[in-house]
Amino acid sequence: MKTVTGNRGLQIEEPLIFEVGEEGRSAVDLPPLPAHESRLGSCARKGSIGLPGLAEPQVVRHYTILSQKNYAIDMGPYPLGSCTMKHNPRLNEKMVRLPGLADLHPLQPISTVQGALALIDTLAHWLKVLTNMPAVAMPPAAGAHGELCGIMAIRSALLAKGDARRRILVPESAHGTNPATAAACGYVVDPVPADARGRVDIDAFKAKLGPDVAATMITNPNTCGLFENDIVALAEAIHGIGGYFYCDGANFNAIVGRVRPGDLGVDAMHINLHKTFSTPHGGGGPGAGPVVLSAALAPYAPVPYVVHGEQGFTLVEHDESGQTLGRMKAFHGQMGMFIRALCFMMSHGADGLRQASGDAVLNANYLLARLKEELSPAFPGTSMHEALFDDSFLDGTGVSTLDFAKAMIDEGYHPMTMYFPLVVRGALLMEPTESESKGSLDSFADTIIALARRAKAGDKDAFLAAPRLTPRRRLDETAAARKPVLRWRPPVAAEAAE
Amino acid sequence: MRKYTKDHEWVALDGETATVGISDYAQEQLGDVVFVELPEPGKDIKKGKEMAVVESVKAASEVYAPISGKVVSVNEALSADTSLVNKDPLGQGWFTKISVADKAELAELMDESAYKAYCEGLH
Amino acid sequence: MRYLPLTPDDRKAMLAAIGVPSIEALYRDVPADVLLTAPVDLPLHRSEMEVEAEITALARKNLGTSQAPSFLGAGAYRHHTPAAVDYLIQRGEFLTSYTPYQPEVAQGTLQYLFEFQTQVALLTGMEIANASMYDGATATAEAAMMANRVTRRSKVIMSSRLHPHYRETVETAGRHTGFAATVAPGAIAGDEDLAALLDEQTSCVIVQYPDFYGNIQNFSALADAAHRKGALLIVAVTEIVALGALMAPGDMGADIVAAEGQSLGNSLGFGGPYVGLFAVREKYVRQMPGRLVGETFDVDGRRGYVLTLSTREQHIRREKATSNICTNSGLCALAFAIHLTLLGETGLRALAAFNHARAVELAARLARVPGATILNRTYFNEFTVRLARPALDVVEKLAARGILAGVPVARLLPHEPEARNLLLVAATELTTEADMDALCDGLRSVS
Repeated sequence: MKTVTGNRGLQIEEPLIFEVGEEGRSAVDLPPLPAHESRLGSCARKGSIGLPGLAEPQVVRHYTILSQKNYAIDMGPYPLGSCTMKHNPRLNEKMVRLPGLADLHPLQPISTVQGALALIDTLAHWLKVLTNMPAVAMPPAAGAHGELCGIMAIRSALLAKGDARRRILVPESAHGTNPATAAACGYVVDPVPADARGRVDIDAFKAKLGPDVAATMITNPNTCGLFENDIVALAEAIHGIGGYFYCDGANFNAIVGRVRPGDLGVDAMHINLHKTFSTPHGGGGPGAGPVVLSAALAPYAPVPYVVHGEQGFTLVEHDESGQTLGRMKAFHGQMGMFIRALCFMMSHGADGLRQASGDAVLNANYLLARLKEELSPAFPGTSMHEALFDDSFLDGTGVSTLDFAKAMIDEGYHPMTMYFPLVVRGALLMEPTESESKGSLDSFADTIIALARRAKAGDKDAFLAAPRLTPRRRLDETAAARKPVLRWRPPVAAEAAE
Repeated sequence: MRKYTKDHEWVALDGETATVGISDYAQEQLGDVVFVELPEPGKDIKKGKEMAVVESVKAASEVYAPISGKVVSVNEALSADTSLVNKDPLGQGWFTKISVADKAELAELMDESAYKAYCEGLH
Repeated sequence: MRYLPLTPDDRKAMLAAIGVPSIEALYRDVPADVLLTAPVDLPLHRSEMEVEAEITALARKNLGTSQAPSFLGAGAYRHHTPAAVDYLIQRGEFLTSYTPYQPEVAQGTLQYLFEFQTQVALLTGMEIANASMYDGATATAEAAMMANRVTRRSKVIMSSRLHPHYRETVETAGRHTGFAATVAPGAIAGDEDLAALLDEQTSCVIVQYPDFYGNIQNFSALADAAHRKGALLIVAVTEIVALGALMAPGDMGADIVAAEGQSLGNSLGFGGPYVGLFAVREKYVRQMPGRLVGETFDVDGRRGYVLTLSTREQHIRREKATSNICTNSGLCALAFAIHLTLLGETGLRALAAFNHARAVELAARLARVPGATILNRTYFNEFTVRLARPALDVVEKLAARGILAGVPVARLLPHEPEARNLLLVAATELTTEADMDALCDGLRSVS
């Protein structure tokens, strides 16, 4: 149906701010400018910047309308496997905005930030107890940044022994960040195949071990949503050749309070606070990726870190031992995420965190049980916190995993993770998390089953045309990549550039 | 005559110069090609080593040199229109011209019918 | 357990549907000797009231910058954030959405990121900007690594006036990823001749604008010198509001601008999360790290936005990616974008002028304090004061009186004898005359 405006009921078309702004307008007033002599020197700005001017009502409306074009965990299930979209408690948002936290400058005298350092220390304590690891590096800003931290610590430890090694073993099912991190640190990435059970092929793994192997990076539970049941043997094998075990903790949420990575032989593991401990994803960040470290790696932790002395807490910003791997970012870490994560942990407690991981696993297995007849599970048996299917249930239907996902959008659901992990053909990876009720899972499963039946009944065209009800439908990604338009340009300049 | 590699490159020799590209099978597997990174003319390349990169929206693949030699020229038309690789992979969608170091290397490659059989075996 | 919707009956019914007796049975792949049978040794769950009380008690042990005259800067600045910013970023559709991998249900995020990229490009005077990085320091390290890729060289030169945390972050990257990062010799108050350090192996030279000590320098000549040697000029900016009053780095010939965007829309928050800004010349876009949003059209011919040029990224390129980065700083980028949209051209330039006026006023007053010498000829909203005594002691003494006097340079450069008495002092639109009086009186009384 065509409308005069292009709007469709509550779906409002919204131009770019550059197309509605006008010169001379602003939504911010300041007191009159005091007279002063310029100290800007010869670099004072002469030309205009080109920013649009809007008044506050226009700005509020613009971003409100944009927000309404997004799906969110606040609206319904967001079953992106590996991404862990769970409820974001609003208490955490309130706490991070408290005076005394939100308005703390990172370089205030240490005597004026004792509460903040105590908070970081408390969070560190929780992380160490939950993982049974002796140390934790708080600065990394996200999971991938944590991976860098861990691999740099391993590299430092090896170099301290005069033992430069070249290879890092990475399972084929790993997140792309693992090989990217290892390669960034100068290591050759040696892929390890998965076995028929979706786990690391332990024989292949052992065959690749040698004196030049620095480490392995293994996700556990792995990206197929399965617990690596040979994990202790894998850890022993890597330690046996003098290498280190880096665990990608992206899926720690499945085992919190039930399995401690320190008991498995892990040397380093990042914890995505934005996954396991529910700091909001915010459309792609910010995150936080503290890294727990074994005693062997702890001396190489990045600066800064908090220590508790007789005078209270202090912050070590310069490691005089010369062992630290260095500084990874400005200041002390993602404090805003620390506060949220600690609130989440304290609210759940030791008992609630254990219940939450159990419920996440229960929800995934319930979904698997509801869907296994109609879809095609990638592996037999139960799983951990995710339900993974391949696309063989769509064989002969002419419907691809992508088409199926787009049809889910019309039904009001955000699709699951698609085409990952790479070791499963046309993968559909669903992670319901503990935040879904049974009723919510039943509705979701009913919808998936109905869609699968529709695909099998030969209604291919409905899938190829999906989504039909969204603000935009199937965007042309090829055109976007062939001739990238990465910013707005004024119409005149844009014409000249043609 | 056109010869093929197992990595789906083709090479056609004309005198001392060989033209190199990717096969129809390769372009079909990749989908819409959005970017091609070509070597600098004058560069020495070795058979089996990375020569170019071809990208679709969701994948990036290395293109390996099917034969050793020196890059004489590259297909400038691809920088303006990468869809040539999809539309005409064996013609206008060529990648590089190489002055061949050792013609004997061609003997190790597959001919048209062997390559066709090889691709069928991949399904 | 207010966050867990499953009831005991639900769990029972679900376990029956799965065909296992208990949740524990679902952990059958875990070796029995490492499977915990009871909660770990941490406190049990607490009510919202109790958690709120505990966190509030911790917050009260701190002295916030809104509760005291504050002159702290050095890469993190306290500005007034319009109320609309926080209201809008807390909308659940922004706060609780994921990376926009499904563009049909993420046009909101994609459009604001496209606008953000444009805002950053305009402000820095560059052609293209990405959808954000973790912070200014990591953006600077990524810029150095990108310069190495572009030039196929591996020698990075850093100005001695680059923020020490930024320098250290680049050094860490260099040490572990294999490039040489050297700091130019340079006295704190003297000149440094960066052009003389350039050679045929130099991939880039990194400078800060305004620099760590607050000085403003035109880098046009350095850009030319770098380009003549085939090297790139990277300009780091730690106070983005300054670009409302200063010539854009792009207009000086910068090839990459790596900046901290915290000043717009983001609270101090004890150092993070912040938002790294990253802008480049268009010809280098395929070597750029981080996510990019591009404009395109949908099947009905309507304009829309998608993540694009993803083949640079780790989830596709794996070990050949331009960076291992995955998460960016989306919500902080949104706060930045909203604040800048509220300001607009007029507002940003007025804000910058106001900041500068406040700093000029503060400098004039400090110049009258016995023993205090302002070292800068030029500055924006922050400058360096030489005191008669070690700045760390002075700052501690003033903190005891409820004044947050500034950042002692020695906190960041403990091994620099010259730095001992130096204090970085910043003023913003929030700095009042009463604050300035408190600082000047305080300095008089402790010196």
